[in-house]
Amino acid sequence: MLTGIRTRDLRKVYTSAPPVAAGTGGFSFGAPKPKAKGKQPKPEIVALDGISLDIAPGEIFCLLGPNGAGKSTTVGVLTTRVRPTSGQAFIGEYDVWQSQVTVKRLIGVVAQRPNLDFSLTAREILTFHGAYFGLSSHESAKRAEALLERFKLTDRADQMVRGFSGGMMQRLSIARAMMHDPQVLFLDEPSAGLDPQTRLLLWEIVREYNHGGKTILLTTHNMEEADALCKRLAIIDHGRVIALGTPLELKASVPGGYLLRLRLGVHSPDLLQRLQGLAGVREVRATDGNGADLYADRGGPLVAEVANLAAAAGVELCDVHISEPSLENLFLHHTGRSLRE
Amino acid sequence: MNWKAFYAMLARDAHVARRNFVALLFQTFLQPLMFVFIFGRVMVGSGYMPPSYKSLLLPGIMAICMVGTGIWAVAMPLIAEFQFTREIEDRLLAPMEISWLAVEKVVAGTLQSLAAGFMVIPAAWLLLRPGVDLNVPHPLLFAVVAVLVALFSATGGLALGCSMQQTHIGLMFSLIVAPMIFFGCTYYPWSALEKFPILQRAVLVNPLVYASEGLRGTMVPQFPHLPLLAVVVGLVFFNALLLATGLRSFHGKSVS
Repeated sequence: MLTGIRTRDLRKVYTSAPPVAAGTGGFSFGAPKPKAKGKQPKPEIVALDGISLDIAPGEIFCLLGPNGAGKSTTVGVLTTRVRPTSGQAFIGEYDVWQSQVTVKRLIGVVAQRPNLDFSLTAREILTFHGAYFGLSSHESAKRAEALLERFKLTDRADQMVRGFSGGMMQRLSIARAMMHDPQVLFLDEPSAGLDPQTRLLLWEIVREYNHGGKTILLTTHNMEEADALCKRLAIIDHGRVIALGTPLELKASVPGGYLLRLRLGVHSPDLLQRLQGLAGVREVRATDGNGADLYADRGGPLVAEVANLAAAAGVELCDVHISEPSLENLFLHHTGRSLRE
Repeated sequence: MNWKAFYAMLARDAHVARRNFVALLFQTFLQPLMFVFIFGRVMVGSGYMPPSYKSLLLPGIMAICMVGTGIWAVAMPLIAEFQFTREIEDRLLAPMEISWLAVEKVVAGTLQSLAAGFMVIPAAWLLLRPGVDLNVPHPLLFAVVAVLVALFSATGGLALGCSMQQTHIGLMFSLIVAPMIFFGCTYYPWSALEKFPILQRAVLVNPLVYASEGLRGTMVPQFPHLPLLAVVVGLVFFNALLLATGLRSFHGKSVS
């Protein structure tokens, strides 16, 4: 059975501070209400402002956005942990809030912060998780062994997790979410705090899991991760979807897309003017020193023409750096802010 | 209802309790048994207390142990697991209605409380003997009262555990648990408060009064005690109230 994810106009307004699991601050605040005499108005924090998504069965879908954009709250609503103020959420054909128990059988969740059961060893965390989902003790033990091996945790399997490093806890959280072989896997910032090697291992495991036809929703503010893993992605900010499509489509939607950063021997306004006239160049901006940023719809092929123009103007071209169309450019284009801000 | 998940969670709690058994043993019994030794043995032996105090004290000590164990077994893990680390999340995401997880905590706490109650009887008896005059004319009634006391401890633990912050644990013991024990007719019978009529009525809001008086009435009925019907009604009322409050807060903490 293949299972997708759907949301319809999800809104979530907190009237008290959102819990740690639902996000890390940075929400947009609603307009302050006029003060009633003797009664303090409750501050309204709009975490989701009409999120509608259609994620196909078997898809790796990514929610990309800065901290506090509403990614974790969306995951919270889809995983029965956050009750939406309005709107609907479905896992497959099941309404998350009307068929909670059925939905919980279909999903595996890795929270943003490791939430392991500190009273147990790594192996016990997996086997008890299996037992909660009705696996026999034999089956649980077998799956736990395989997952511990896959996530390179076998040598620490029988130790209490309290002493584990952040990366080990994260790996174990992911292994636990896979224990009952869920149809839909939610990964909330799965690679935060992982070293590059473990991140690659995680990506490999996610792809492998997806090949079995499983749907994966992951949130990240790492563009490289979104680019490497996702078939489609939604960029969200202030609780709204601001762009949706495949990484390629989205990157292509930025005017120009390519960025050529030039370093020149001397500052030459005349040369910059001529560069503006080249075919495919959308914008030229002078940068600090003797540089120039050239936004264009092609990258490499422009270099020769730029070099020719520079030579004709008698200006030395010291360095050229080509940036391919990126999600960072896209986020900047839509919000005027960097994802890292 | 998914009983498999429910039993698996009970098994998890039993496993953790077994792992912490020695620590739990000291935590539950050391203080009450020292009290038994000083007041039941030293004070009685040196003539400051009448010999009958030994029999009067034992049900009260049993009530303290049971209530302390149940509250500790339910409230402390809940306070810790709902905090920053959200350790409880894996069980909230298990395929079972979340209220049943709270019920599971209550069942686990009740069982631990009963175990503590039945372990403290022989221990206290050994420390106090000779001169303990236990007399259980109605074992079934005693069992009903013991189960109601254990349930009270666990539902109390649920209500406290879901309404307290980790930083307030000290306050919980000094402002709630300690006054409850001292004004809970544990070291003296309710009738001993006759000379303090206002206090005697006021302590009736303390569920521990019904617990200690109930155990006294079923274990040493030769001493004055509250009518057992009042005990059963009182305990059922407080258990229902604490369970309803606890479930409500549990739900509030689980889903934002």
